[in-house]
Amino acid sequence: MSQPMIEVSDFRKVYGDFVAVDGISFEVRQGEIFGLLGPNGAGKTSTLESLEGLRAPSGGSVRVAGIDPTKEPRKLRNVIGVQLQSAGLPESITPNEAMAFFSAYHGVAPRYDLLDRLGLNEKRKAQFFELSTGQQRRLSLALAVAHEPQVLFLDEPTAGLDVATRVELHDLMRELQAKGTTIILATHDMAEAEEMSDRVAILLNQKLVSIGTPMEITATGAGLTKVSVRTQNGSVSNPEIALPAVRQRSSKEAYDIFFSTDIGPTVSAVIAQIESAGDTLIDLRVERPSLEDRFLEITGTKKASNGGPQ
Amino acid sequence: MSAFIYHFSFEFRTGIRNKTLLMMNYLFPIGFFLMMGFVMAGINPAFLETMTPGMAVFAVLAATLLGIPDPLVNGRENGIFRSYKINGISSISILIMPVLTTILHLTIVTAIISILSPLIFDAPAPTNWFSYVLIFLALAFVMAGISVLIGVIAPNSRVTVLYSQLFFIPSILLGGMMFPYNLLPDGVGKVAQLLPATQAMNAFNGLAMGGTADFNPWGSVAALFASGVLAFALAVYLFSWDSRNTERRGHPLMALLFLLPFVVGILLG
Repeated sequence: MSQPMIEVSDFRKVYGDFVAVDGISFEVRQGEIFGLLGPNGAGKTSTLESLEGLRAPSGGSVRVAGIDPTKEPRKLRNVIGVQLQSAGLPESITPNEAMAFFSAYHGVAPRYDLLDRLGLNEKRKAQFFELSTGQQRRLSLALAVAHEPQVLFLDEPTAGLDVATRVELHDLMRELQAKGTTIILATHDMAEAEEMSDRVAILLNQKLVSIGTPMEITATGAGLTKVSVRTQNGSVSNPEIALPAVRQRSSKEAYDIFFSTDIGPTVSAVIAQIESAGDTLIDLRVERPSLEDRFLEITGTKKASNGGPQ
Repeated sequence: MSAFIYHFSFEFRTGIRNKTLLMMNYLFPIGFFLMMGFVMAGINPAFLETMTPGMAVFAVLAATLLGIPDPLVNGRENGIFRSYKINGISSISILIMPVLTTILHLTIVTAIISILSPLIFDAPAPTNWFSYVLIFLALAFVMAGISVLIGVIAPNSRVTVLYSQLFFIPSILLGGMMFPYNLLPDGVGKVAQLLPATQAMNAFNGLAMGGTADFNPWGSVAALFASGVLAFALAVYLFSWDSRNTERRGHPLMALLFLLPFVVGILLG
């Protein structure tokens, strides 16, 4: 990861009286997978569309691979690949034709192998309207990467995909990343963002409210870490036993569950209690708050975190 | 060049593959031509005199007004143009491809009509084929330009149909295909001169069919080409990539400027 491929500086987008994005700044480095998260209306689409050259910023600046998308749209075309949320192809075009057509405009040889790899080999001559939603999205993705762009924008790439294709897409993303492609991933799927992104940015109410690695973001939350313990004789089941840093406790299917603000002392105390009681530990699981928990906390959708008792 | 050929080739195939476009480009004009030949010729033998150019004009009206605008509106509303923009396809390419491919489809249909009309119905063939082809191209160009303009300014498919019919129906009724222009009352005749179909029938009669024009036939040809250029230029100017959060350039009423050459023609008498 070296020079910045995306530079957003005090970017602002206004439609009439409506402020869609209000002065956000961030950078994405070459080879990064960068998750752009936020609830509907937070400003993700306006940010993406300005980076893709579909909208002109109302203030501040955006640059993609050193290119101003508004002033140098022709240069931008071969640098970026975009998988739009809506597939955006004529209903009668076939995957083969679309590949030939778009590749010709990018001045590269058609990559029919990508159609096969993304499971469209049997649908290469079917018209676009005959494809399922998942197949349409896969075609859109194949077209977006066919010219080997330096920056790839993926908008909800796995929505409507089956598990196998989703895995294939993630493999493809990692392969592209290994080749140095910078990927901007806009998604509502927090598990995907957490798994795939090197860093994520969370937009809320038109502002950037959090940015960092998924670990950094989840670590800064007020979320409680869930410690689930199962023992031979239930030596930690007694609610009278005081455990450090535990704020809440419950039980489920032979597990005693503790919600801790500081897992180190909690786990040490649990093990010490089991040993002093002459009991045997069968299972112990620690689950940190997920990115989804943190996202819900930030966006105010959920007050507590990590599925703890409400 | 390769991209242009791919784009043209795809659009041309769409004109046959898409059932609606196949209907408007081929089945409707040829079916109407056969029906009119068999029915109208029996009722009104004088109809045969202008049948060949009249059915060519009808084919142009159907393929352009009923075939071109809706795909453009759908392209804009369904995000197809956004996808095109991201991939470097220019607005001029988006607008010119349906014009070129429709003219090619129309050339085929008009050739069929022009050859079959004398053979099956004994209708007069053009006496000046060069003028006939020139007038056909002028009409096809201006109607394709107007249709693209409708596709650009219409906010949705329903309005597209309305705008198209505003031209299609008066063109059929007043364009000189059903009734000769000289039978129209003066005032209606002036209104009819605003229609490319009227201008084309006038030019066909005066320059290609060995008949008499009702007004300056070369003026009609010039007005058709001029209006076509204006219509296409206005379409390019008023074009928008999508209808979401986009500031449109110019007011849609600007589209009416394509009528200017016909208005000038009327004023010059």
